[in-house]
Amino acid sequence: MTSGTISIDQERCKGCGLCPIVCPQHVIKIAEDQLNTKGYHPAQLIDPEHACTGCAICSLICPDVCITVFREPHRARMAAVPELSKEVI
Amino acid sequence: MVTLIEDVPATMQVVYQRPESLSCVSTHYCPGCTHGIAHRLLAEALDELGLRDRTILVAPVGCSVFAYNYFEVDGCEAAHGRAPAMATGLKRVQPDRIVVTYQGDGDLVSIGAAEILHAAARGENITTIFVNNAVYGMTGGQMAPTTLLGQKTTSSPFGRNVSSSGYPIRMSELLSQLDGTAYIVRRSLHDVAHIRKAKKAIVTALKAQMHGLGFSMVELLSSCPTNWGIPADQALNWIAENMLPYYPVGDYKVHPEVTTL
Repeated sequence: MTSGTISIDQERCKGCGLCPIVCPQHVIKIAEDQLNTKGYHPAQLIDPEHACTGCAICSLICPDVCITVFREPHRARMAAVPELSKEVI
Repeated sequence: MVTLIEDVPATMQVVYQRPESLSCVSTHYCPGCTHGIAHRLLAEALDELGLRDRTILVAPVGCSVFAYNYFEVDGCEAAHGRAPAMATGLKRVQPDRIVVTYQGDGDLVSIGAAEILHAAARGENITTIFVNNAVYGMTGGQMAPTTLLGQKTTSSPFGRNVSSSGYPIRMSELLSQLDGTAYIVRRSLHDVAHIRKAKKAIVTALKAQMHGLGFSMVELLSSCPTNWGIPADQALNWIAENMLPYYPVGDYKVHPEVTTL
């Protein structure tokens, strides 16, 4: 069961390689076989086992602020505050 | 496989997204340059404190010369090193505005040393974000006043030499001796824990200005992978191994009233 995920803006990413280093789950890789329009190899989420926890550490180190982080809301918290479950995308 | 925002399960909530105060444009900084992190931290701090509508950012000369393009706040461009002088004027004319200068080490410590010293000595109620990467970035990696002893740059190819170039300047320690200052701290951007602490420091510096306590400055140890000639990840290690021993992170001046904010 996945508990989090990220979306990387491929066009804004400059492939600096900092997010793969800090990711505790090692689910971010630099796509060596792809180029964006600026000519950089962008970072990608490779997470077939749904290991991403949505910890947002990648977004803290990203110099180009191209990572959006999503997380499954905590069930207990959702039960306590039902409105939280409505604030989804 | 690209995760598009539309593909994210509907039950998930956004826990991190781009701060509102940061423009949607792509920056011109090199890959891995921590200027982007410093920009993000300042934008998040402005969002948290709800200051976006009344902030004026004074951009410097250097790599961050286009900083006014990257923030959704009012901005203006100062002559090289003169950002604190321009900020002084802006703050005195419009004291209800939050005036922030964003300066690099070549701008602040070298040509702008007089301006920053006297702005701090006068206790001008402004906030300075000082990005120290020990090199002149925009002009091609020449030696800066903050370049470490023995560090090779394009204008010190055999390493910085004390007999010809003197010693690197520790600006936070220097400014902390002035009575007009309210909050002078040094933080680093080389890992996530230090980035979190840097964000808190920027928030505190802005609060000090909001309460009119005087001059506040946050020095951020930053990387320059291009001019140091190493990959971005090694540049972060280089900060930890070489810059931190000479430029220790810490609180150099904290006005007693700042601790109550």
